[in-house]
Amino acid sequence: MPVPAYSIYEQAILFIAALVVFTSFLMLGQKRLFGMIHLFAAQGALLAATTALAAYTLPYPHLYISALIIVALKVILIPVMLHRLIIRMDMHRDAEPLYLYGYVMMGAAALVMFSYHVVAPIEHLSTLATRNAMAVSLAVVLLGMLLMITRRQVVTHVIGFMAIENGLFFAAVASTQGMPMVVELGIAFDVLVAAVIFGVFFFHIRSSIDSLDVDRLNRLNEVEP
Amino acid sequence: MDWLLALIQDVLFILLAPLFSGWLKWVKCLLQNRRPPPLWQPYRDLRKLLGKRPVVADTASWLFPATPYVVFGAAALSAAIVPFFAVDLPTAAIADMIVLVSFFALGRFFLALAGMDVGTAFGGMGSSREMTIASLAEPAMLMAIFTLALTASTTNISVAIDYLLDTGLALRPSFLFALGGLLLVAVAETGRIPIDNPATHLELTMIHEAMILEYSGRHLALIEWAGQVRLMLYGVLIANIFLPWGLAREFTPEALGIGAAAIAAKLGVLAVVLALAETSVAKMRLFRVQEFLGFAYLLSLLGMLSHIILEV
Repeated sequence: MPVPAYSIYEQAILFIAALVVFTSFLMLGQKRLFGMIHLFAAQGALLAATTALAAYTLPYPHLYISALIIVALKVILIPVMLHRLIIRMDMHRDAEPLYLYGYVMMGAAALVMFSYHVVAPIEHLSTLATRNAMAVSLAVVLLGMLLMITRRQVVTHVIGFMAIENGLFFAAVASTQGMPMVVELGIAFDVLVAAVIFGVFFFHIRSSIDSLDVDRLNRLNEVEP
Repeated sequence: MDWLLALIQDVLFILLAPLFSGWLKWVKCLLQNRRPPPLWQPYRDLRKLLGKRPVVADTASWLFPATPYVVFGAAALSAAIVPFFAVDLPTAAIADMIVLVSFFALGRFFLALAGMDVGTAFGGMGSSREMTIASLAEPAMLMAIFTLALTASTTNISVAIDYLLDTGLALRPSFLFALGGLLLVAVAETGRIPIDNPATHLELTMIHEAMILEYSGRHLALIEWAGQVRLMLYGVLIANIFLPWGLAREFTPEALGIGAAAIAAKLGVLAVVLALAETSVAKMRLFRVQEFLGFAYLLSLLGMLSHIILEV
């Protein structure tokens, strides 16, 4: 079906879906931790916009609350927490080296196609025009995993993990027209708790191996060298 | 009558191209707190160069004096394919976007050959750099163009623009990405600032200037003019594909007038955007060009993917 045949709401959801994947790709190519956090906040803002759009067009006013929770947590609170952590750890001037950058990008594009292929049979079950966004959200999940696999900084891993959660949330909003408030509150506070625990872990990891490079965890010994 | 209009459009395109560069330079000078040259300065330069006798090196073969004519001819023919202020002209039916890309490639190929022809060190260096950039930019450009072709199910520019005008305004993520990719490619291919600086002759960085260092007189004038036409071609392509509103669809004086005014306004704004980008960005190291063009390719690829996933 050509794009102009969709309603303006569906067009907007599909447009935001494309932008969400784009922020995931930008995260894969981002060297600096601050840039990474800003991209994560941008992805959160896109997610909040999707939820607010869904709330505006569908008869579920509670989605407005979800949008507010997303803005409060993923656009403001968690990025600010990570920001302060990075400054306290004195890592804000570090640039992480990207290994096999070209291959990672090609792999990411392949993952997008793979998730489209996987989701294709499921899409036939739905009659919503925005069902295509399911492929996109699966792609965002897989790209978050790719981000965690290819990087060595713990902070980047955390952001990859949060991006995975963003993908799942986007799937819920775009393809099922919102989810129950209870589920959403649960997930939101889980993520917040995860962010706090990660913050504690950063300091523990750093105090035991003197860096946040997870590669050095491979060389842990009982005996001090 | 249609053919006459097509001819007028092509000639106007070529005649107005120096004005576009003049306007770009004017805006850029203002942004950098310099006193801008008059808008018709490019015409003065061209007239001065056209009046001078070209000097050709003893070691040059026939290729060297022939190249300016080939380059200018390729640019003039591409200007005939791209709809300037009216669509559905007879010239548009002859060739499509892939022919346009290969016209660009033809001009570049001859320039690179001519750069190596005289045998100076700079020429060969410039040719090698130009071909490196071209080999990276061309896939990105083709991918962006295929995205458009998939949406309109045609590779003919005029028919594609017609389709877009018919379907009206729609939020197409693929177009956003293709626009981004095409903008980056245009910057690289026309030798603008983050990739190449057209205003300097600094041997560390020059790409385009290194190839045409040996040219003088009317040969140089033709090459410079072709460069200006190429810059405007990219501008018109971007303006007319992604913001096609105002283009004349029937050949009445009012429609043509609106079309001309619309394209003039769009190009004026585009030049301001380009000038802003050029004043705020620093020239890149040559070895970072691949990252820049890799990003352009990524954008075009995402455009195609989002067309296939989200819009079909």
